[in-house]
Amino acid sequence: MTTPLSKPKRKDPTKRTRIPSLPPGKRSREAHGLTAMAAVGRFALQVCNECQKVQYPPRQICSNCLNDKLFWRDVNNGGKLLAETKLQHSNDTYFRDRIPWRLGIVIADAGPSIVAHLGEDCIRDQRVRMSLSIDRAGNAVITARPEKPTQLEEDDVQLREMAFNPKDRRVLIVDGKTELGLRIAENMVAAGARDVFVGSAEPWRSSSYLDKIKDLERTSIYSLDVTDTESVKELASMIGDKVEILVNNSYHLRMGGLVDKFDINTAHDEMEIHYHGLMRLAAFFGPIMKLRSADGPQGASAWLNVLSAYALINNPDLATYSASQAAALSLSQCLRSEMAAGGIRVLNAFTGPIEDEWQQIAPPPKLIPDTVAKRIIKGLQDGKEDIIIGAVAEEICARIAENAKEIERTIKL
Amino acid sequence: MDITRNKYDGIAVCAPVTIPYTRYSLKSSHWFCGQSIAALIKRAKIKKEAIDGFCISSFTLSPDSAVGLMQHLGTSPRWLDHIPMGGASGGVALRRAARAVQSGDAEIVACVGADTNHVDTFRNTIATFSQFANDAVYPYGSGGPNSSFAFLTDYYMREFGAKREDFGKLCIAQRENALPVKHAMMKKSLNMDDYINARTIADPIRLYDCVMPCAGAEGFLVMSIERAKFLKLPYTQILSTIERHNAFPDDPIQYRGGWAIDVDEFYEQAGLGPKDMDLVQLYDDYPVICFMQIEDLGFCDKGEASKFIKDKDLTTKGNFPLNTSGGQLSQGQAGAGGGFLGVVETIRQLTGEVLGYQVDNVQNGLVSCFGMINYDRGLCTSAAILSKGDL
Repeated sequence: MTTPLSKPKRKDPTKRTRIPSLPPGKRSREAHGLTAMAAVGRFALQVCNECQKVQYPPRQICSNCLNDKLFWRDVNNGGKLLAETKLQHSNDTYFRDRIPWRLGIVIADAGPSIVAHLGEDCIRDQRVRMSLSIDRAGNAVITARPEKPTQLEEDDVQLREMAFNPKDRRVLIVDGKTELGLRIAENMVAAGARDVFVGSAEPWRSSSYLDKIKDLERTSIYSLDVTDTESVKELASMIGDKVEILVNNSYHLRMGGLVDKFDINTAHDEMEIHYHGLMRLAAFFGPIMKLRSADGPQGASAWLNVLSAYALINNPDLATYSASQAAALSLSQCLRSEMAAGGIRVLNAFTGPIEDEWQQIAPPPKLIPDTVAKRIIKGLQDGKEDIIIGAVAEEICARIAENAKEIERTIKL
Repeated sequence: MDITRNKYDGIAVCAPVTIPYTRYSLKSSHWFCGQSIAALIKRAKIKKEAIDGFCISSFTLSPDSAVGLMQHLGTSPRWLDHIPMGGASGGVALRRAARAVQSGDAEIVACVGADTNHVDTFRNTIATFSQFANDAVYPYGSGGPNSSFAFLTDYYMREFGAKREDFGKLCIAQRENALPVKHAMMKKSLNMDDYINARTIADPIRLYDCVMPCAGAEGFLVMSIERAKFLKLPYTQILSTIERHNAFPDDPIQYRGGWAIDVDEFYEQAGLGPKDMDLVQLYDDYPVICFMQIEDLGFCDKGEASKFIKDKDLTTKGNFPLNTSGGQLSQGQAGAGGGFLGVVETIRQLTGEVLGYQVDNVQNGLVSCFGMINYDRGLCTSAAILSKGDL
């Protein structure tokens, strides 16, 4: 059975914080095909279009028939563990800091032999299930766990490097004045978060959601206004060194177009909250989190932005909102690049319309906030990079992949 | 139509040289190559210009290849080969050079395996080893060959019931063989307790299962027998060679190497069998691969190596002299030089030019090479049978 995670202790201020290091990050272009699959939680490998042979490691030519038409296709993630080792020595600083490190070689049901990071409960000659995960350097790696989930497997210190179970981690939820903020907080507490910090702008304005958050255990509310640089700076100096998962759920949605319903003030507010707000959070929380990514199994680990799927394609009924979401998405890519150097993963959740007062006009299917919150936490636990939530968001992604020009012309609420 | 492979008649392999190993060196691989060639010239008492062919193996010559080295050393050969096959290079160099001389494309070919070892050389080599290694194994713990061999050893032990004591027997005997070799990295004899209780590196591999990377070089000359006799160089003849790459790609994990494909042809060409070998040099970066070679080269059946060595004395005084100068496990792994060590030691034993103990009454020696652990397995195998030449 996986060794239970030891309860985080108060940090000894006289002890030096381990400096973050990264696993080796050099990958070929072909190998980044794995990253694309890992980002959305698929277990897909290259398959030859001609002879159907499954290929691994990634390549450009089929090792059977020399065909160059290799496609990424979902394959059976089962396999048998053939051999294993526990490394007590490594040539790389990242692993040296974390030994012993378990590895195995798995014969995949799909065909190839696969070297994988190994969960503690995997047993030689027995069946395992593999997943494509993303390591701290931001690259895809294959991890193996026992075929049937075991108790406490999410406690595995090694696999926690690639997944962000809130258990025993301290979480900042940027906006507690929305139902989604409340539901994320509730689900974080339920998932075993050590502390939940919740931000609240405009403290003079009451909020029923905030009132409920006040009653949650291990949860505290802090003044945080992402449109105010000083406010972000102050909170970062107060709790920045405790934030291990940051959930940026800043939210400001108003209906409106461009030519037909011109409203520069709304557009300004949306940009201020979604785009400049992300900038401010990045400027003050980013550097502290980057310094703490190697601070033990409970070190800083992930930054999650809750975005709308309209970040991917402009919905004319929500023109300026979509644009501000696209701006935030673009910035998140820079954030991912800069945070990667410190071993912090940046995840984006893309949601379809949510059942709330601002999206009243949007037709169903709509997501209830609790579902979104649960999917966000599942996405963190799985270490996904892109968490696509709900049928609408899924359809948008599929349609963009199929024909971006078609969806651009037909999308509406 | 069956084409019978030509024999290596008329070819002499001689002038074994070794540039003493050091754990680390500030010198470049060019220096080790140059020193080897200088030593070969001195040994054969010939001029530099007399060598008209070169066969070079080195990981650390980069960004140069053998081409740049020729300019570096001021040589103008009419035949040049660069063999990037790591541990399999020695056996491959031998057979290529032999064919070059046999066909008249070159008269004297100098074969050299050399590498330097700066403090960061080993890490840099394994961190940028190949596309498959970069993509699919180095980011997994960055253990280098230790982790790959841990898998193979784990599988082999479980599948065939080999015990650590069996590997220990081989390592201890090799250490005995290495004791008189001055430049060997390992200078003290090894006992079973030390071996069994050594620090774990990558379970089930412990410290004395691993070679120590070092700097050094090995080389030899290939020429016609007439020329060797004229130069009064004791020589060996090639009775057989084989080479194979990426054998058994469908084996889910490596438990055999390319030798198993070519073994029948190997002995057939020599007209000899495993029992006729008076000494054996096996590629030994880890003991498990020696076991596979013992099996794949026909000394016993698959999985029987533990049993086979049980009643054998593997020292130079024994009934199965193995890695008679201590192999890489005791001498150290001088990069591609490790792929030449077995060939050079075989020549030394058969021509009476040993650095350590001489095995008595030797006529035929078998040398086997293995190289390039790429992703999950070693890809290159080669082997040769050499016999003592008549002066």
